[in-house]
Amino acid sequence: MSTRVRSVIRVEGVVQGVGFRPFVYGLAVRLGLGGLVGNDERGVFIEVEGAPALVAEFTAALRTSPPPLATVERVSARAVPVTGETRFAIARSTEGGTRRALVSPDVATCDDCLREMDDPADRRYGYAFVNCTNCGPRFTIVRDVPYDRPNTTMAGFAMCADCAREYHDPADRRFHAQPVCCPACGPRLRLLGRDGEPLAGDPVEEAVRLLRDGGVLAVKGLGGYHLAALASRESAVAALRARKHRQEKPFAVMVADLAGARSLCEVDEVEERLLTSGARPIVLLHGREEAASRVAPSVAPAVASPASATASTASQGTASSGTSQVAASETSPLAASTGVSGETPAEASGASEGLWLGVMLPYTPLHHLLLRRLGEPVVLTSGNVSDEPIAYRDEDALTRLRGVADAFLVHDRPIHTRTDDSVLRVLRGRELPLRRSRGYAPRPLPLALGLPRPVLACGAELKHTFCVARGTHAFVSHHIGDLENYETFRSFTEGVEHFLRLFDVVPEVVAHDLHPEYMSTKYALALEGADLVGVQHHHAHIASCLADNGVTGPVIGVAFDGLGYGPDATLWGGEFLVADLVSFERAGHLATVPMPGGAAAVRQPWRMAAACLDVAYGGAVPDDLDVVRRNAESWDGVLALGRRGVNAPLTSSAGRLFDAVASVAGVRDVIGYEGQAAIEWEQLADPVEKGHYGHRLTGSSPFVVHGADLVAAIAEDVRAGTETGTVSARFHTTVARIVAEGCARVRETSGLSTVALSGGVFQNALLLVRAAALLEEDGFHVLTHGQVPPNDGGISLGQAAVAAARDNHR
Amino acid sequence: MAHGAGGKATQSLIEAIFLESFRNPLLEPLEDGAVFGAGTERLALTTDSYVVSPLFFPGGNIGDLAVNGTVNDLAVCGARPLYLSAGFILEEGFPVGDLRRVVASMAVAAEVAGVQIVTGDTKVVQRGKADGCYVNTAGVGLIERPGALGVAGARPGDAVIVSGPIGEHGVTIMLARGELDIEADLISDTAPLNGLVAALLDACPEAVRCMRDATRGGVATILNEIARASGVAVVVEEDAVPVRQAVRGACELLGIDPLYVACEGRLVAVVDGAVVDTALAALRAHPLGEGAALVGRIGEDPPGLVLLKTGFGGTRIVDLLVGDPLPRIC
Ligand SMILES: [Fe+3]
Ligand SMILES: [Mg+2]
Ligand SMILES: [Zn+2]
Ligand SMILES: [Zn+2]
Repeated sequence: MSTRVRSVIRVEGVVQGVGFRPFVYGLAVRLGLGGLVGNDERGVFIEVEGAPALVAEFTAALRTSPPPLATVERVSARAVPVTGETRFAIARSTEGGTRRALVSPDVATCDDCLREMDDPADRRYGYAFVNCTNCGPRFTIVRDVPYDRPNTTMAGFAMCADCAREYHDPADRRFHAQPVCCPACGPRLRLLGRDGEPLAGDPVEEAVRLLRDGGVLAVKGLGGYHLAALASRESAVAALRARKHRQEKPFAVMVADLAGARSLCEVDEVEERLLTSGARPIVLLHGREEAASRVAPSVAPAVASPASATASTASQGTASSGTSQVAASETSPLAASTGVSGETPAEASGASEGLWLGVMLPYTPLHHLLLRRLGEPVVLTSGNVSDEPIAYRDEDALTRLRGVADAFLVHDRPIHTRTDDSVLRVLRGRELPLRRSRGYAPRPLPLALGLPRPVLACGAELKHTFCVARGTHAFVSHHIGDLENYETFRSFTEGVEHFLRLFDVVPEVVAHDLHPEYMSTKYALALEGADLVGVQHHHAHIASCLADNGVTGPVIGVAFDGLGYGPDATLWGGEFLVADLVSFERAGHLATVPMPGGAAAVRQPWRMAAACLDVAYGGAVPDDLDVVRRNAESWDGVLALGRRGVNAPLTSSAGRLFDAVASVAGVRDVIGYEGQAAIEWEQLADPVEKGHYGHRLTGSSPFVVHGADLVAAIAEDVRAGTETGTVSARFHTTVARIVAEGCARVRETSGLSTVALSGGVFQNALLLVRAAALLEEDGFHVLTHGQVPPNDGGISLGQAAVAAARDNHR
Repeated sequence: MAHGAGGKATQSLIEAIFLESFRNPLLEPLEDGAVFGAGTERLALTTDSYVVSPLFFPGGNIGDLAVNGTVNDLAVCGARPLYLSAGFILEEGFPVGDLRRVVASMAVAAEVAGVQIVTGDTKVVQRGKADGCYVNTAGVGLIERPGALGVAGARPGDAVIVSGPIGEHGVTIMLARGELDIEADLISDTAPLNGLVAALLDACPEAVRCMRDATRGGVATILNEIARASGVAVVVEEDAVPVRQAVRGACELLGIDPLYVACEGRLVAVVDGAVVDTALAALRAHPLGEGAALVGRIGEDPPGLVLLKTGFGGTRIVDLLVGDPLPRIC
């Protein structure tokens, strides 16, 4: 008999609830090895015994061919004396010790499960909760660790004999799949009426009928309730908008499959991979011309023309304009902004970049059942009213969505953690997250620098996330939302408690923004027993981009966003920094302008137009400008606020510059949702136009970019009757040139040639692509985001990275 | 700025410096006035300094403001205001005619409120060392009713009432500075509240938990003090808060929230929820309480927070401002 060896192996990473033990079992049996495998709080432990070559092959396979959902981060092995064991067994889970096992994100239904669902002979035929080790709910149903059924919201469902057999059979695809269930023992669908009364008939069948009849259906999904309506039915989508009090923000659409996506939008390879990935995010895609006939106008209301900007100002305060609504119902906005019909300036130029449409594929068995029977796309939007967070508790949903939904398609598997759909777009051949949530959270992101002490990073205020980090892992939370809303704030505080428990972290360092009024800052300052680390907002943006790319700097950081608190108590947002993870210096910035009325100047971009024009024209703004005429009633009052500094904080924000020019160009004077003016401004740009405006950078350390000049240049161009699409393209190119020149200046003094682009403004495809191209032409290495959003959703990761780096420096 | 003052920054200054040095049981609750025994009587004592600019504004001037403010601070302690002192710090060159007008207004205000100004002091400082005229008033009142009123007295189930439309004083002052090209038909709400308070206490003596005049930091700041001191939630219905159209319009242009704007003649009262109709009727029967409204309720959860139910059914946190309100949105 040849020599034998025995190894104790530990595997860490996302290795629980992902079919890792059956995989190990199968591997050992195939290689004829003895030993055992088990789960504990740190991950998977294995003892394996046999011929040295086979044990080596076994160990290598753990890394090279793990199950699809697993993320193996570390495999460590040590030799122990042989015992002569020849059989391989699966050990029971142990408890105690530290809880280092990682909870997996939720995963879209796998093909094997779909086949069963479609097979009339299968006992899960047509079952809306089919799942297995390779797919199904995870993060959204976990109450505690270790990841075992009693610690999930499946605890209340006792497995039937058939399910139990699958669950305990190491050879079965459902071995230790915690949410395993079937029609005999698992969750059930119900259809409830407007007032929560049970409705007769097959729930899916009746729900489909309701949608076909133009109704609005509330559907309980993985991380919360959605509201659904037939995407092609204008009256249904318009009703949904009216009842949700959501006037203009585009809705996402769910299509049955990839072909469905292609019938509406252009889909490239990267986009296809994202759409069909287990995470199933909403992917922003370019709408095709044909989409106009398949998607109702109200799905994504038209980009406003200068004429409708006028109309919306006439009824100031109401974000939507009657004019644009009427126009929209006559000619589809998809057609309009892709240049099919001929009324708005965008069409007149005939060369718009086109409309972006948010598209996703089904990710639960219920979605598949609905979409297949329906046979056409549905609008699927978060189940909430206005700015409220998405409803996820049954009772709450029935109360809050009363009067919004005509019926509720519900089930009895509780959702533990509210988790919104993730949103991505693809730029420069790479994914750019806009919202990282379902399907991604709480997968850990590796930190280049290990953490001496565990960190809680409290994040920003809007698009909020928090981050818990220890060792080399950063657990960025799911999307929390806008903290000023109390329900959302509670999701934050409860979410923190949940994460600390799940990942066994007692934070010794708490990182926070410097803005004294952020709810997250106040939360951090009220915590006791941890060291506080204040991280400047834009330093956090750049640090998040560094962490996202696994580097530590130093770099030239360009942080362009809406607003962030600066150490000088002005609001920053158009910043050139020299930064590493520990510290930063402000190397340049946009010139400050007043924000007349503070937050009102964010909601009403025309106020920024007024402030910038006032600066640019030295107090003598030509009163024949359209923007002045449209806002004549309040123009002088707003100018006075800015000049006197009455509720007019100074800002160097790039986002406000975009707002100002969008208003001057007549695109939007008042916004209905965050970033609307800039988003519409981008979509109007004529891709053929190659011109640009001049720009002025003066001074040094820090240099100043005179943004108001650019606003005046645009005012003159608009006055001269230049097409809006041309003006937009020139503006975007100019800002890209400013970015490039600013970086070139900083390179001269710092010697740095790597640039990190971060901040919400870099969600703008046109700007990001053009700026990156100019920088690369000039020999820069450009870092952009790929794992966390460039917007404030990425701030918590940046804060954690900075806190960790400073802790390493102590 | 008018609406920023009185926020958390001021509060931590008070706590860090004054409370640390002066600490005693009477000061500790940080109410508008102190209540103490003298012989068989219970007295309330309060003081306030006035530095308003401009000195003269639609609806009043620094003089009647100084009298009404101190009268109100006594009244909300449950005291009947009796005697006031008046101290003046004058900038060299301040017109005597203006001083006469200020003092005359004080005499009228004292008369209306039924108090006497019984002692005083005057200092003149060099030109540039003061802004024309500052006034300090202190006041003593007699507490004739049993029971304690205080911001710590709110309980779940109680009702929150304001005595009239809010924000008029603060907006009037901002506009009266003449720097803004904004016209609005507004006058300050400055008024003595002792009569109104007496009417409320007469109507439901047992049921009033606490009262405050919503001065610096506005109604939002007062409600936060109540939520924190009482360990309760204050839930306000946005649509129920009375705001005059002129104030709303000016606030919209200024970009400020009326909830944080100062009033000088508006009462915020927390009363037993069971008697809210009686309380409202009593207030509305008084000329200064015609616009009284039930604006919210005291709840249990979340303790220490003020929540605003918005028109769309949303729930916004109305927090104590740390300083001037900088935008949090981006
Ligand atoms: Fe930001
Ligand atoms: Mg006072
Ligand atoms: Zn499956
Ligand atoms: Zn079963």
